[in-house]
Amino acid sequence: MIEVDNIHKSFGDSHVLKGVTTCFDQGKTNLIIGQSGSGKTVFLKCLLGLFVPEQGSICYSGQKYGELTSDQQRDLRQEMGMVFQGSALFDSMTVSENVMFPMDMFTKQSKAEMQDRVDFVLERVNLIDAHHKFPSEISGGMQKRVAIARAIVMRPKYLFCDEPNSGLDPKTAILIDNLIKEITEEYNITTVINTHDMNSVMEIGEKIIFLKDGHKEWEGTNKEIFKTDNESVTDFVYSSELFKKVRQMYIEERN
Amino acid sequence: MKTLILKEIDELIYGSMGIIIFIAFFIGGVVTIQTALNLTSPLIPKSLIGFATRQSVILEFAPTFTSIIMVGKVGSYITSSIGTMRVTEQIDALEVMGVNSLNYLVFPKIIAMMFYPFAVAIAMYVGILGGWVAAVFGEYAPSGEFIQGLQLDLIPFHITYAFIKTFVFAFCIATIPSFHGFYMKGGALEVGKASTTAFVWTSVVIIISNYVLTQLLLG
Repeated sequence: MIEVDNIHKSFGDSHVLKGVTTCFDQGKTNLIIGQSGSGKTVFLKCLLGLFVPEQGSICYSGQKYGELTSDQQRDLRQEMGMVFQGSALFDSMTVSENVMFPMDMFTKQSKAEMQDRVDFVLERVNLIDAHHKFPSEISGGMQKRVAIARAIVMRPKYLFCDEPNSGLDPKTAILIDNLIKEITEEYNITTVINTHDMNSVMEIGEKIIFLKDGHKEWEGTNKEIFKTDNESVTDFVYSSELFKKVRQMYIEERN
Repeated sequence: MKTLILKEIDELIYGSMGIIIFIAFFIGGVVTIQTALNLTSPLIPKSLIGFATRQSVILEFAPTFTSIIMVGKVGSYITSSIGTMRVTEQIDALEVMGVNSLNYLVFPKIIAMMFYPFAVAIAMYVGILGGWVAAVFGEYAPSGEFIQGLQLDLIPFHITYAFIKTFVFAFCIATIPSFHGFYMKGGALEVGKASTTAFVWTSVVIIISNYVLTQLLLG
């Protein structure tokens, strides 16, 4: 579980996060949504410890990040997995080496043990044939799956995903969403996903946080988002004609 | 870390040997020809061509000229590779994993560049060889007299001085481009700009430190 209490973050004169308070539950897919510039990525980077908030605190299973020593923070980071928007795979390494990298850095396992674990996670993300390929030789969807495999190889307690569906076709996006949800349930981890994709919101949004201008505007589940009267949320979620029709059908069905 | 250091030695030093040998050979030849063409008096012995070639190559051309070439080749590679990692969030990925990214990316490059004096030693040898080839086959000086000039009044400290300079230049070539790559902001265009800035600043630092070290060690 991650508890966020009143965090503020500024860059020069720009006050990006203005007191966000929320909680991300274990074993659930928690989604952060909001318009571009609403502070989603900064919020996620604060959760990852890449940005230090000026005010407020972030607790990981009761441990306040700001009160930990740098060694403890480093240890905590080893319990985090991150899927970046552009996958952030290491270009000079093969798929197998990319996935093995965290184990190679932080464990004293033998090469054979590490290879077994790599095979297992690559099989889990349906990528067993891509072992020896370089990131430039595989598709965007496959790169995302490699990034997920790398993120879970160390059995993390927390999984963070920054727009995991960006640049993917709808079918592949659904595959990635389902994979993240399955992994979250299977390993009982706290997953936080930063997304713009309304399909993801509807499909896997067990908890949704809507950010607007650096503060939390709304919080709820994918079922509650249909019923909400919050104008900012409905404006954002139902901005496309398709989703307007979906909502209309839902309201008519309910009545 | 050992694997990383060996990989960097392969990429930064071994991978540059071709261009270093090529440039050193021809620069050595040109220095010999220029010296020979300017020694027109019959009173000046031909062995002086060998002497001038040795001094020029050991004191200046091998350590400094080669280093400027290395700034262009290795420095640009370091800035662009680290800069691209920054742009594509690979450095963030390292940080999230708990890896000290600065240590992981820059330290092996500094250690690898400490082997750069070996490359400069080869450049010295090949430069002088180039001078000998130009002198003998261009008929500027007989082989015996050229070699006699090479052995004339050798001050061993000049070689020490050249290697001290080389160590300083190697440190500059590893660190300044790494700094520009690691702390860059922006996209692909900024990676190119960072490489250019790194080349300019590393060259400036090398030229100034060359002057300062020469004054301190030989002045």
